[in-house]
Amino acid sequence: MTAPLLAPLLSVHDLACERSERLLFKRMNFTLASGQLLLVQGGNGQGKTSLLRLLTGLSRPDTGEVRWRDSQIARCRDTYYQEMAYLGHTNGIKDELNPVENLRFNDGLHSRAFETDQAVATLKRLGLSRCLDLPCRALSFGQRRRVALSALLLANAKLWILDEPLTGLDAHAVALVEGLIRNHLHAGGLVVATTHQALNLEGVSVQHLLVGDVATPEGTSGETH
Amino acid sequence: MGHFFLNVLRRDLTLAARRRGDWLTALFFFVMVTSLFPLGVGPEPELLKRIGPGVLWVAATLASLLSLSRLFEDDHRDGSLEQMVLSPASTVLLVLGKAMAHWLVYGMPLLLMAPVLGIQFNLPWDAIAVLVFSLLLGTPILSLLGAAGAALTLGLRGGGVLLTLLILPLYTPALIFGAGAVDGVMAGTGAEAHLSLLGAFLLVSFLVAPWIAAASLRVSLE
Repeated sequence: MTAPLLAPLLSVHDLACERSERLLFKRMNFTLASGQLLLVQGGNGQGKTSLLRLLTGLSRPDTGEVRWRDSQIARCRDTYYQEMAYLGHTNGIKDELNPVENLRFNDGLHSRAFETDQAVATLKRLGLSRCLDLPCRALSFGQRRRVALSALLLANAKLWILDEPLTGLDAHAVALVEGLIRNHLHAGGLVVATTHQALNLEGVSVQHLLVGDVATPEGTSGETH
Repeated sequence: MGHFFLNVLRRDLTLAARRRGDWLTALFFFVMVTSLFPLGVGPEPELLKRIGPGVLWVAATLASLLSLSRLFEDDHRDGSLEQMVLSPASTVLLVLGKAMAHWLVYGMPLLLMAPVLGIQFNLPWDAIAVLVFSLLLGTPILSLLGAAGAALTLGLRGGGVLLTLLILPLYTPALIFGAGAVDGVMAGTGAEAHLSLLGAFLLVSFLVAPWIAAASLRVSLE
C-alpha cells in the first residue's frame, strides 16, 4: 500500500455496521485520497454492500462516521452529492425511456446542464450506438448496465462508489470499465469498488479492504452454495 | 431547487404518458364504481341526488388509492429512487414533485370526469360546480397524504393492503368536508364552511406530509 501523498478526501472513522442484530464489521478506519482506488473484498453477505451504502449516506452508521473533505457527509449533503456518484446493484434506469432520455433526467436530478451530444457520444463510447432510440425495456441486462455506466461518466463526479460494476458485462465491456476506472483515477478521481472479478489495473494505487470474516480466503469469495 | 422539482415532475409525466394503462385503469375504476350505484339502488332521482356526492367522493378516494402503492415502488425496484435521493436537492422536493405528478395524472382526470358523473346522479348544476371545486381542493390532499403513506410502506411485503389501512382514516376529513360541501349547497346552507375546512386541510397536508414522506423514504431505503 502506498502512503497517500495528498490529503485524504474520503475518510472513515471507527465505523461499525450491524444488520439484523449481526455485527458485520466494527472499528473500520481508512482514508482515500485523490487518484486512489479502494477495492472492498469479502465473501457474500459479509457487508460489502452495507459498507458502500454507508459511504453513500443511504444508510446511517450506528457508530462511527464517514467524512468527505473533513466534514461528516450528512452535514455536507450539497457538496458531497455533487461530487459523488453511486452505481448500485440496480441500474436506476427506467424501462419506458430510451437511453438518452434516461441520461437527461438523471442529469436534471443533479442540476447539471444536459448536452445531448455529449450524452450520445458517451453512449456510443460504451457501445450502445445501435440502441439510442430504443426503450430500455428492449435492451439486454448488460446493455442496461452500460447505460448506467454512461450516467456515471456523465455525472462528472470526483468519487465513484461502484457496487459490482462488472455484473453482466462481457469481456469487451469489462476491459472498457477497467479503462474508465484507470482514466478516472489518473484524472485525480477516487473510486471505491466491490467486485468478485479480478481487475486489471496497472499503474494505479490500489488499497485492499477485507470486510467481515477475516478467515475468508482472498480471491475465493465466490458462491458457496 | 426549482429545476430539480420540475425535472422530477417532467420525468414522472413522461413515464405516465408511456404507461397509459396505469392511469386509464384508475379513471375507469372511478367511472365504473360511480356508474354501478344508479344501477344498484334503482333510478329514483331523489335518492340518487341524496347519495351522489358521497358516492363520487368515496370513489375518487378509492381510485387515488389504487395507484398510490406504485408511487415509489417502481422507482424503488429499478434503483432510480436511490439515485434521486442521492441528489444534492432535498428529498422533500422529490416528494413534492412526485405528489404533484401523481395529482396531475390521477387527480385531474377525476375532476374532468366528475361533472358527467354528477349528471348521472341528477345533481343540479350549482352542486356539480361545488363538487368539482371540492375535488380540486381535495384530490391534492389524497396525493400528498398518499405519498407519505406510500413512503412509509415502501418495500414492505403486503404494503398495498397496509397502505390502504393506514391512509383511509387520514382521508376521512377530506371525504367528510368534500361531500359535505356538495350536500350543503343542495340543502341551501351553503358550501363555504366545508370548503374552507377542506382548504385548511389541504394547507396542513401540504406543510406536513412531504416532510413525513421524505423522512420515511430515508428510513425505507436503509
